[in-house]
Amino acid sequence: MSTAALTQALVRRFGDAEALGGVDLEVAEGSVVGLLGPNGAGKTTLVRVLATLLRPDEGRAEVFGRDVVTQASAVRELIGLTGQFAAVDELLSGRENLRMFGRLFRLSRRQSARRASELLERFGLADAGDRQVKTYSGGMRRRLDLASSLITRPRVLFLDEPTTGLDPRSRNEIWSIARELVGEGMTLLLTTQYLEEADQLADRIAVIDHGRVIAEGTGDELKDNVGGSMVEIRLEQPAERERAREVLLTLGCGEPKTADRPDELTLAAARDGVGMVAAAARALEEADLSVRDLSLRRPTLDDVFLELTGTTRGVDGEYSSEPEAPAEAPAEARR
Amino acid sequence: MSSEVVAVRPQGPVSALRRFGYSVEDCIVVTGRNLRHFVRQPQLLIFSTIQPIMFVLLFAFVFGGAIESSLPRGVAYVDFLLPGIFIQAAAFRSTQTAVGLVEDLDRGVIDRLRSMPIARPAVLVGRTAADLVRNVFVTLLMAAVGYLIGFRFRSGPLDAAAAILVVVAFGFALSWIFSFVGLTVRGAEAAQSAGFVAIFPLIFASSIFVPVSTMPAGLEQFAAASPVTVSVDAIRALSLGGEVSEPLLQSLAWIVGILAVFVPLCVWRYRRMS
Repeated sequence: MSTAALTQALVRRFGDAEALGGVDLEVAEGSVVGLLGPNGAGKTTLVRVLATLLRPDEGRAEVFGRDVVTQASAVRELIGLTGQFAAVDELLSGRENLRMFGRLFRLSRRQSARRASELLERFGLADAGDRQVKTYSGGMRRRLDLASSLITRPRVLFLDEPTTGLDPRSRNEIWSIARELVGEGMTLLLTTQYLEEADQLADRIAVIDHGRVIAEGTGDELKDNVGGSMVEIRLEQPAERERAREVLLTLGCGEPKTADRPDELTLAAARDGVGMVAAAARALEEADLSVRDLSLRRPTLDDVFLELTGTTRGVDGEYSSEPEAPAEAPAEARR
Repeated sequence: MSSEVVAVRPQGPVSALRRFGYSVEDCIVVTGRNLRHFVRQPQLLIFSTIQPIMFVLLFAFVFGGAIESSLPRGVAYVDFLLPGIFIQAAAFRSTQTAVGLVEDLDRGVIDRLRSMPIARPAVLVGRTAADLVRNVFVTLLMAAVGYLIGFRFRSGPLDAAAAILVVVAFGFALSWIFSFVGLTVRGAEAAQSAGFVAIFPLIFASSIFVPVSTMPAGLEQFAAASPVTVSVDAIRALSLGGEVSEPLLQSLAWIVGILAVFVPLCVWRYRRMS
């Protein structure tokens, strides 16, 4: 297996702000690497460098051994890019978009027309194919954008936040397309701010924050690094949480943590998780505290993220990160 | 992928001739896309057509009576005015080149094209070439409206065609200036405003509406040397008759000069745009 994409000590600044502070990343051919990080972490900047849209200030970036600066046109032959903002032409129909890109990818008129029909069919846009794209929903635009990257088959596809801003159904559709592509052996570099997305799609995950890769591994490896399982306790009465905390303290397994919900407590279960569940249940029952739910769970990527970045996840699934991170304004990035 | 034909991208070295052919094709495809845009925006099409017609009618009837007396004997104001209005409309329209480019940049369309293995100048050539086609169309339309109110090309069809070519070439040169503005200025509105700031003085300090000899010293010299004036004078000579070669050569010198400076500037800016 060769290396599809490689960066070494990659640095990119916008003015004084360092968007990438020395990133090393390797994407093996045929694999799916998820680049996970909050808004402004540098994900888009990294993808733009690899897609030859942005020159790095320091370090190297290569796609299949071709340098993105000195061999940019060779790189462009190999890549596909689907950006954060669907880069499709609103005034053209879906079919016209695909035919135009087909022509630009050196297909003949007939091949372009045929390919456009195939892709519209495959991406569930056959009925909407002859409508102007401005009438499309967000999910449809994103699918068309993805289809435009696949007119001819790229050897590596960069998906920059492919589902940001989509409703759950559209998101699932994009995921299933991505899985199909992976099934066909496509190499994917996927950026996302959704842990679930990285967990679902990626073989390996690189966690990026403030322009640096702060952890890398499979989802399971990352979870294991955070520590063992946790016992999660949900009480009937939130008012009894303080008393429950005191009871659990007597088990001698460390300080129970109070979670966001007022009726919830978590207890680290480094070794014997099941024994811990039993002990906690018994102690709470003896203290006459009614428990709604008691469970043992492995850490999620959420926990990994929290542990690594100190960032918390808001209710809407977005991260509220410290504002010091340089904003990834695409308008700025292209200048 | 379901289709075998297009499963793999053609790769490897191609001959220079082949590559040139591809580049031309890329430019044509992008031009076609931009022309479709004009047709798909009926409002834009209608207003950008009405505007020059409105200028023709307004200036001809509002200023006509007052200005005719300062024109050479026997020249009707509408004959004097129309060549100027051709250039004025082309100049205003050229600011649209910047606006169109900025909109494409903001929508990420250009990012996609830049990440694709296509001819580098296709985006710029496609934009300016589409604007050129539009210029031909609008200029012919204005001439037709002019004919309705008494304007005539008085030196025959060949000179008339040459006059229209000068208008279009002048508009094309300005399009490249505004491509550079579009690649440099942020935001469509800023691009539009920057365009008007640059274009307005050139339009009014010129021979478009009045003979430059009626202007105060200083301004007269500026106006006489301006690319707008020499182009208008060339078109006027081609349509009214009179000394053609001097203003025509000056106009062509400006057009070639502008292209020689701004085409490389645009290409440089486009390449550096990261």
